[in-house]
Amino acid sequence: MQKLLVSTVLLAAAGLAQSPVAGVLAIRGAHLHPASGPSLPNGNIVLRNGLIESIGPNVPIPPEAFVVDGAGLQVYPGLIDALSTWGLPAAPARPTAAPAPGPSPATPAVLERPIQTLDEGGPEERPSNNSWVRAADLLDPRLATLAAARNAGYTTAISFPGANVFSGQGSAYNVAGTRSRQMVIEEGVGQMITFPVRGFGGGFPGSLMGIISYIRQIFSDAAHYRSSQALYAKDPRGLPRPPYDRALDGVIASPRLLLPAGRLAEIDRMIRFGQELQQPLVLYGGAESFRGAALLAAAKVPMLVNLRWPEAERDADPFVKDSLRVLETRDLAPTGPAVLAKAGVKFAFYSGGVERPADLRKAVKKAVDAGLSKEDALKALTLYPAQIFGLDNRLGSLEPGKIANLTVIEGDLFDDRAKLKFTIIDGVKYEPAPETAPETNR
Amino acid sequence: MNRRLFLSSLVLAPSLAAAGGSFFIKNAKILTVTKGRVDGALLIRDGKIAAIGANLTAPADALTLDAEGGYLMPGIVDCHAHVGADAINEGTISVSSMVRIEDVLAPDDVQIYRGLAAGVTTSNVLHGSANTIGGQCSVVKMRWGKSATQMVFAGAKPGIKFALGENVKRSGGGTNFSGTLRYPATRMGVEDVVREAFNDARAYQRQRDEYQTRLAKGERVLPPRRDFKLEPLVEVLEGRRLVHAHCYRSDEILMLLRAAEEFGFRIRTLQHGLEAYKVAKEIAKHGAGVSTFADSWSYKIEAYDAIPYNAALCMKAGVLTSLNTDAPVTQQRHLLQDAAKTLRYGQLTDDEALSLITINPARQLMIEDRVGSLEVGKDADIVFTDKHPLSLYAKVRKVFIDGEVYFDREQDIRQRAERAERRKALIEKLKPAARPSQKKGAR
Repeated sequence: MQKLLVSTVLLAAAGLAQSPVAGVLAIRGAHLHPASGPSLPNGNIVLRNGLIESIGPNVPIPPEAFVVDGAGLQVYPGLIDALSTWGLPAAPARPTAAPAPGPSPATPAVLERPIQTLDEGGPEERPSNNSWVRAADLLDPRLATLAAARNAGYTTAISFPGANVFSGQGSAYNVAGTRSRQMVIEEGVGQMITFPVRGFGGGFPGSLMGIISYIRQIFSDAAHYRSSQALYAKDPRGLPRPPYDRALDGVIASPRLLLPAGRLAEIDRMIRFGQELQQPLVLYGGAESFRGAALLAAAKVPMLVNLRWPEAERDADPFVKDSLRVLETRDLAPTGPAVLAKAGVKFAFYSGGVERPADLRKAVKKAVDAGLSKEDALKALTLYPAQIFGLDNRLGSLEPGKIANLTVIEGDLFDDRAKLKFTIIDGVKYEPAPETAPETNR
Repeated sequence: MNRRLFLSSLVLAPSLAAAGGSFFIKNAKILTVTKGRVDGALLIRDGKIAAIGANLTAPADALTLDAEGGYLMPGIVDCHAHVGADAINEGTISVSSMVRIEDVLAPDDVQIYRGLAAGVTTSNVLHGSANTIGGQCSVVKMRWGKSATQMVFAGAKPGIKFALGENVKRSGGGTNFSGTLRYPATRMGVEDVVREAFNDARAYQRQRDEYQTRLAKGERVLPPRRDFKLEPLVEVLEGRRLVHAHCYRSDEILMLLRAAEEFGFRIRTLQHGLEAYKVAKEIAKHGAGVSTFADSWSYKIEAYDAIPYNAALCMKAGVLTSLNTDAPVTQQRHLLQDAAKTLRYGQLTDDEALSLITINPARQLMIEDRVGSLEVGKDADIVFTDKHPLSLYAKVRKVFIDGEVYFDREQDIRQRAERAERRKALIEKLKPAARPSQKKGAR
């Protein structure tokens, strides 16, 4: 049985088209951290057919189970990257120029896709809009980024398709599998907005305020589209036919809106914009969360915190002096999660610009060193992202009935030197494998 | 909660800010601008000017400030600035009336503090001049340390930026910027863009009216799509939005006035208007104001005929005239000296010179019932200087907005050393340690 499983894993890791089998697996006598409740220093957890069957100090282990001795192991819910690109095909080569200056600590590493114009109704009609595209449809199980994610202890990614203004629908999927359709947990978790400020070339919208106005127009158009369709559906006779518009369909189908916000001014701006659009809102970026926590708490808006903490740009102009405020932000950004936790703001971590998944635990540790409790840090990697994206009935904690995604570490998750023992994804055990040729999405 | 941390970086005098809304400033020379000079005291209550007089006595509950013979003047109003915003130009298209400066106000822009330190308390934050019909502008009070929403000058009439001439015809074209050529490339084209936009706006207006009529008749009819580009232009047609038009040459000024008259609306201000003195009578007849530079000229081809007498000549022709900065193009901290230049170029009186940066721009923005002069009942936006504000040697000592101290020179000076220390310490702390794992592959 063990041999079979190991060989299955090897096959899967090699990307061969044979589905791994999730049988019955149990970890006995491990330190369990369910995230949804207090930890169990000495407990058992039983997984069956890809789901968690039981967890507790003395739950019986079925005779047919493949048993792992949990002595010295800490078992966590599978880690979730709350805003990812793992598993999505690499972007077409970007110009090598330095990234545009400006208020962009919030900008995640997302795929750059060519701007598309879909309608001939004018320059401000439907450019930079991929709202209908779903990350699930782009997922490629063969990509090395998925193996790298597993090696870093992650079991799930919530990914978004690109860097357009309307970047498309995010999808939640597990980072292991041979067929993308089996990896997907939820195909549409939200519409991601980015602000690709491009200046005067390249068409409308080219500025931050142009993009904001454009989004406002699109949401207004979507409401108009919906009411026109409703009126037409009632009785089409005598009415002009509302034109089919997949860009608006994509917007309407999105259950929530993700807006970027790094600085306090941006957090304030985007909370108000989300309220104006009357959309369930999630912000991402969060470099100045330590300044904006009260606003987020008052508006009950969750924040996805970029684990690439703001730092001085490499090759920065040595004659340009950073303001005291910018220096303070760099110094205090890692305190943000602790401040959010204290203010009662729901938050989750995302890989953002951290280029090696293996560095993510170090980045999380920075927040823990800056005052975030380990319990909250664990939730920000598991239960909170699941809740923010409405997946917590399936994911995010060690509870019976949930998907059998586990991260198992020989030691403490927040000790960045502690070794990842294995991950379990959909009930299948994955040992950390040596990484193949590095392949990033950048 | 970490709001406190944010506030600590502000330059608020805590003893003064905590006065419960009442200040009594005594021993001051009060330049009201509209009602002459009063040597005496000024009382601020609940953010408004409650009294001005030679023989006032301090109420018991008011915090008293001795001006030591210094001057009080109204907070400066800059009718044309590009401060405190994260975006200025949507230059990709020639009509970008859908964009709003208010969407991108940046209360953390240090230019706000710098303007404040120069006595500027109100700014008309305008869209740039990259296109014929730019974006919607935002009148703000320079409430440094407050949020974007709190900066907005509540009740100010909405405005929109237009632009004519070289910037418009060169931007987005092949000469300055890469990418596709953007119409127009000539002044003729600029005029055409204005006309086309307002023809579209009229059509949109008709479409909306027709929908309402048919709906009222009980017909089944699809509502028209809201167009955020044309709505502000309809507001211009209906007199509900002020037009602030960047322009230089007299011919383009006349063109715009005629085009506006043809569509039945008024240009509220001609911004810069460096050749306005040539057509001042026509401008006065149209009813437009002029907001110009004091003595900037010859910095571009269309500025060759500019003269420093422009403001004085326009004023004498009956045009409502102000001086602006276009900050950061010229600096808000130069505005007092700019006003003083009209004493030399045009022989204006002290009050006339001060009116160019206080009550006149306030009138241009239609906020003169609130700001622009020191009068009982107006907002307590007050600049306290040690010498006459038109003197080169004058220093701004305190600036009040709505009766709150937003700038305090003594406190600013005290904080400089401490801020320098913090900077140094942070730079040292943030120095990257050798972290091999942070090394990134080739991009």
